[in-house]
Amino acid sequence: MTDAFDVLRSATRARVALGRAGDGLPTGRLLEFRAAHAAARDAVHSPLDVARVTSDLAATGLDVLAVASAAPDRATYLQRPDLGRRLAEGTELPGGEHDLALVVADGLSPRAVEEHAAGTVAAVLERLAGWSVAPLVVATQARVALGDPVGEALGARIVVVLIGERPGLSSADSLGLYLTFGPRTGRADSERNCISNVRPPHGLGYAQAADTLAGLLLASRELGASGVVLKDEGMALPPGAG
Amino acid sequence: MTARRATLAGHTYEFPSLVEVMAKATPARSGDVLAGCAATSEAERVAAQTVLADLPLTTFLDEQVVGYEEDDVTRLVLDTLDAEALAPVRSHTVGEFRDWLLARAAAADETAISGLARGLTPEMVAAVSKLMRNADLVAVGRRARVVTGLRSTIGLPGRLASRLQPNHPTDDAVGVTASLLDGLLHGSGDAVIGINPATDSPAQTIALLELIDAVISRYEIPTQSCVLAHVTTTLRALEQGAPVDLVFQSVAGTQGGNEGFGVTLDLLTEARTAALELKRGTVGNNVTYFETGQGSALSAGAHLGVGGAPVDQQTLECRAYGVARHYDPLLVNTVVGFIGPEYLYDAKQVIRAGLEDHFCGKLLGLPMGVDVCYTNHTDVDPDDTDTLTLLLGAAGCSFVIAVPGSDDVMLHYQSLSFQDVLTARQVLDLRPAPEFEAWLQKMDLVDDAGRVRELTADAPQARALLAAAR
Repeated sequence: MTDAFDVLRSATRARVALGRAGDGLPTGRLLEFRAAHAAARDAVHSPLDVARVTSDLAATGLDVLAVASAAPDRATYLQRPDLGRRLAEGTELPGGEHDLALVVADGLSPRAVEEHAAGTVAAVLERLAGWSVAPLVVATQARVALGDPVGEALGARIVVVLIGERPGLSSADSLGLYLTFGPRTGRADSERNCISNVRPPHGLGYAQAADTLAGLLLASRELGASGVVLKDEGMALPPGAG
Repeated sequence: MTARRATLAGHTYEFPSLVEVMAKATPARSGDVLAGCAATSEAERVAAQTVLADLPLTTFLDEQVVGYEEDDVTRLVLDTLDAEALAPVRSHTVGEFRDWLLARAAAADETAISGLARGLTPEMVAAVSKLMRNADLVAVGRRARVVTGLRSTIGLPGRLASRLQPNHPTDDAVGVTASLLDGLLHGSGDAVIGINPATDSPAQTIALLELIDAVISRYEIPTQSCVLAHVTTTLRALEQGAPVDLVFQSVAGTQGGNEGFGVTLDLLTEARTAALELKRGTVGNNVTYFETGQGSALSAGAHLGVGGAPVDQQTLECRAYGVARHYDPLLVNTVVGFIGPEYLYDAKQVIRAGLEDHFCGKLLGLPMGVDVCYTNHTDVDPDDTDTLTLLLGAAGCSFVIAVPGSDDVMLHYQSLSFQDVLTARQVLDLRPAPEFEAWLQKMDLVDDAGRVRELTADAPQARALLAAAR
């Protein structure tokens, strides 16, 4: 059945022409909204299954290490982004000399990491023949900038953080990739490049994201920098992402 | 600068500076903890409030929270202050000022309360708000009358306007139009039809402005458009002859915060002057629109005051109003739940902040609205936004923001739905802006009782509007 309101519905993903019950929302629409919000809330608060992600990542043949940020729990993590950017006291990582470190971080959607991180990492590694890659790191209660001390400790020239993005109402499992050349504590967000919304089949696919990232990695290694200087090839970092 | 102290239950609390008194007197919120300026116990908070209550209001004329020499917001406020307007309360302490406001509010004395605006500094208003309970903020807020206009009139008694926000992730014209028409069919859009563009470019801004302008012209809607691009982008659009009703900009309460937004006070003056020259108003000449929000200065690292001490985010928010009022805005709103849990953690903090922001903005003379909203990592849900919306309606809030089904598919956060605005108007017996209400009647979109009709798609009124979607 098609009516004139379907013209509106087909024109946008926005929740138009929902109808009314009195001045409120009809029950069906109310429950749909609650379901979407519940999925987003659960994505934020369900802890990362570190064992599962570690085992998925081990299929790459690389060692997998687990670290935690200085934020002891989810409530602190949400209120103290500064703690999520620092490693927990006493964290030790094996130093070395690597072209690249990959950090898989729970961020604001552990679910995105569980669903998409291993697939993305595998696709990225396939495109980097000849690169020396540090042991993979799984980080919990982590912000993007936690990749800086991790990459620095591992002795990596470039760090890529694969992190769960803040869940939207219709996208609770979106993974973001953040590239930083010369990782060290104190790097600014303007020194990073971002590929957002890795979330097949609705968002970016693994191969597509890995193609873009591999291009950025080559350009970054060539230039000896990342961030706004690479802006044309990737997406600039959205505000507040750090 | 003298240390101030208060003794509570045998324990003496000392506050070395005015900045600390203000910060520690602030009701709890995560952003002040993050900044390192929050009270470390509930008792210390009350001790700071006790000290604050005894401070003469004139303290804020003699002693600064952010220095005069180093900050142009402080200079703007102090250099344009109207000493006569302050006269009725000049001799009061902050605590006496609260009592005076509550007494005038109970007497429905809007003239006395509203007359203070140009004599008050943001810090005075922030201070008194810190002593108030939520109901105090509602009671006084509803008696601070601020009326503005361009093609509709904002802020009249018994009215609740709404900004229709038809955002789209790619600024797609058909998608924007669908949300816009959905809003109009729900009686939304009397404050402004305002789009946050996905791309901040002059070309995109002009395209969106022309799109809204075409709908407004086609249906002769007494409202205004806005594309919330950076002020420099809007200036370029103005140069190219675009139909700019309102100049928009996000502003903060410190010079550094505004630098973080890429704006100066001169730039805002230039943009306002350019918009005024277009003379697009019919019922008034207010041509600016500002958004603010607690935490914006801290997020820009521009939150330090006298002596390098962190200033609390609510005081800094009030200073942003000190910026906004200089440009005679049509609309100002705080985006209260948008910034995230590191600034306002949960519903209690968001509701409190929303009521504070409305009260403080109104007292300083601003046409204050609120984007009642939240992100998914903040502990807020639609029950909480219902609570805040109804409280704001009772407080005489000038306008709220509405998006289709509460879901902003461009900015990825939840604001109010069109239905939420209808519910608030119904429950609190509030009506749209008068010019817009007359238009709804003309279009037969409301019934005789003024209630927005629930139309089927083949109703003639719906068909008339939906013609614009093709």
